[in-house]
Amino acid sequence: MAPPTQVLVCDSTACRSSGGEQLFKVLRGEIKDLGLDVRVVKTGCYGFCGLGPVAVVHPGAVLYCHVDEDGAGEIARTHLRGGRLVQRLLYRSMNGEGRRNFLHEIPFFEKQQRVVLENSGLIDPEDINEYIARDGYFALAEALRSRAGPAGVVDAVLRSGLRGRGGAGFPTGRKWSFAAAQESPEKYIICNADEGDPGAFMDRSILEGNPHAVLEGMLIAGYAVGAREGYVYVRAEYPLAVKRLEIAIRQAQKLGLLGKNILGSGFNFDVDIALGAGAFVCGEETALLRSAMGFRGEPRVRPPYPVEKGLYDKPTIINNVETLANVPVIIRCGPEWYAALGTGGSKGTKIFSLAGQIRNTGLIEVPMGISLADIVYDIGGGPPPGRRIKAVQTGGPSGGAVPAELLDVPVDYESLQAVGTIMGSGGLIVLDDTDCMVDLAKFYMQFAAHESCGACTPCRVGVVHVVDILERITRGEGTMDDLHELGELADDVREASLCGLGQTAANPVLSTMKYFWDEYLAHVKERRCAAGVCKALSH
Amino acid sequence: MNAEERNYLVLDKIIERYGERPGGLVRVLYKAQELFGYLSPDVQTHVAEKMCLSVGHVHGVATFYAQFVTAPQGKNVVRVCMGTACYVKNAEDILDRFRELLGVETDATTADGRFTLSTTRCIGACSLAPLLTVNEKVHGHLSVEGVARLVELYREDDLDTDEEVSPVERERERERQRPASDQGAAPPPH
Ligand SMILES: Cc1cc2nc3c(=O)[nH]c(=O)nc-3n(C[C@H](O)[C@H](O)[C@H](O)COP(=O)(O)O)c2cc1C
Ligand code: SF4
Ligand code: FES
Repeated sequence: MAPPTQVLVCDSTACRSSGGEQLFKVLRGEIKDLGLDVRVVKTGCYGFCGLGPVAVVHPGAVLYCHVDEDGAGEIARTHLRGGRLVQRLLYRSMNGEGRRNFLHEIPFFEKQQRVVLENSGLIDPEDINEYIARDGYFALAEALRSRAGPAGVVDAVLRSGLRGRGGAGFPTGRKWSFAAAQESPEKYIICNADEGDPGAFMDRSILEGNPHAVLEGMLIAGYAVGAREGYVYVRAEYPLAVKRLEIAIRQAQKLGLLGKNILGSGFNFDVDIALGAGAFVCGEETALLRSAMGFRGEPRVRPPYPVEKGLYDKPTIINNVETLANVPVIIRCGPEWYAALGTGGSKGTKIFSLAGQIRNTGLIEVPMGISLADIVYDIGGGPPPGRRIKAVQTGGPSGGAVPAELLDVPVDYESLQAVGTIMGSGGLIVLDDTDCMVDLAKFYMQFAAHESCGACTPCRVGVVHVVDILERITRGEGTMDDLHELGELADDVREASLCGLGQTAANPVLSTMKYFWDEYLAHVKERRCAAGVCKALSH
Repeated sequence: MNAEERNYLVLDKIIERYGERPGGLVRVLYKAQELFGYLSPDVQTHVAEKMCLSVGHVHGVATFYAQFVTAPQGKNVVRVCMGTACYVKNAEDILDRFRELLGVETDATTADGRFTLSTTRCIGACSLAPLLTVNEKVHGHLSVEGVARLVELYREDDLDTDEEVSPVERERERERQRPASDQGAAPPPH
């Protein structure tokens, strides 16, 4: 028997807002009118967000891009009924290599390795059975049944070499073993889904595409350290992610995968949602704790760390969405298999969101150790026609810019640090010759000034001062003294600030000063902005 | 029962449901904002009383987070994304064009109460940069030229469906009816 025909329609935030919902409706209607035996499934993101709305027809994995209402009708009539491809909607390589009909032929996917995102874009995120059919919750069962017990789970995560994907890269197994060692009848697992880094959307895509993977990761974490409750702290700017999480939690509760005596093991664990309300600083773990308890999200001094004194002063693990989504894979495929992915110090894969001046924007997953150049040119397709890449900003407001000459740097925690930036959470913003690096530094500093909680003076006052200087420079009123002061101020703010926001706020300035000093000089000495961005200087 | 009384009843139900839980206040305030359009001093006081919190605490939380607004909003709330991806795709020019067309500054409402112009943090659809949201709807791949069309669209939409009084007008009406010397008194019946 021939495999049944299915159409997978991406139903994530990006594709939805470019017409995905309409596509789904029209397609369904036409299929019904034509009396075809075809299943239309809404899925999470496949990564190709810049081409949305997208639909993939199986069997064959035929990719259709920019599908408008007419296009949906054509797919139904020409492809599903007539058996011919709809030529005008096929993927057309922007490098001029012509059309590509099938998903796996598209260079965008060639250098990717989808491990965490394996199911995203394939299954219906609102149906727990589809996740289970793809071995979902198998890792949980495995963990609960294993004779090695909770300690065995912690050990497996340790051996996998997994490091936190929320930015700092702290070894996840170590964090878990600290929490496990705490003697407290009450412990908590918090999933950090605040995703405050502007330009980053990995966590949103995971939650929208496969929320159960995150719940499963939380369950395994809870079992490993002896917690019975978990919270997902998710930002309210992600309404679809919140909705899918709510559905996932309800379905898991119904099947007894959350709640009491899970899978007959005697293990109890439940998950609830705490809503964030729009403050970057709430991604910082101590601020997140306060916010989750209904207060203003202001950081406090660490130690004590959350693993000792977290939610309601109880030991608490705070892990990023992507970190937790890695956990089921580690248990299911084994820590050794996992540790063979990536580099010596950075195991596994990393999900990045590609945005800015690049042909293929979207979501990608690559093995650690791949070079930034491979990501930007091979996967991202390079800059828009006629432009030249100038730099790639990694790590968002806490990170730095890697100049085009250094793009051969491998993507791992240490190598990125060596060139003056950080892995961060995975937002990659590509900049080209139409971008001004001084202006970009100003943008990030304005962001930090706006998002500073104001609790400590160096951050509150220092950052504003840096903004003032950068504003003067971009207005053409900067002096050489200003440039010197920038460096000194940056050091002061880093040294004296209480939390990570202030401590890293000046990184974008320091890194652009290091690599793009000539642009700073041109602004100050020649009153010139080569990119034409700084309006006062662009004539 | 008028609409406002009904809203308070719904709000009280939410408080019963989420009031005891951690972070419950944030959820309650979300719901309150959804019901009333913004978090007025009255609504904040009501929430504080029902949840046995100080008004200062509630006010502190309401003003800390970017998602909460404590002033009445226009009928259409335009939020231009100022995240990095949007910024490098000239979101600022788009914001400027809106300012020009609507004749208001950022975080202000037009005199007719039709539009509030604001900005937002990254909403995670950076592939569509530059983008903005109008109320709940995302509009991506914007151009400066496209702004005028968008404004027209929502203006016309308003003319067709404008039956309900915008919260801004309601608030202005209240201010007019409230005698300056008698701030605490209830507004006279219509
Ligand atoms: C200002 C600031 C913002 C942060 N925002 C986030 C965030 O949005 N998401 C996140 O997972 N971690 C964020 N972090 C890092 C978290 O505090 C924490 O280190 C992380 O969630 C730990 O999870 P991991 O070990 O799985 O990476 C932020 C840190 C700082 C200082
Ligand atoms: S460094 Fe900035 S954000 Fe962090 S606590 Fe101090 S003022 Fe608040
Ligand atoms: S930067 Fe605008 S949506 Fe991400």
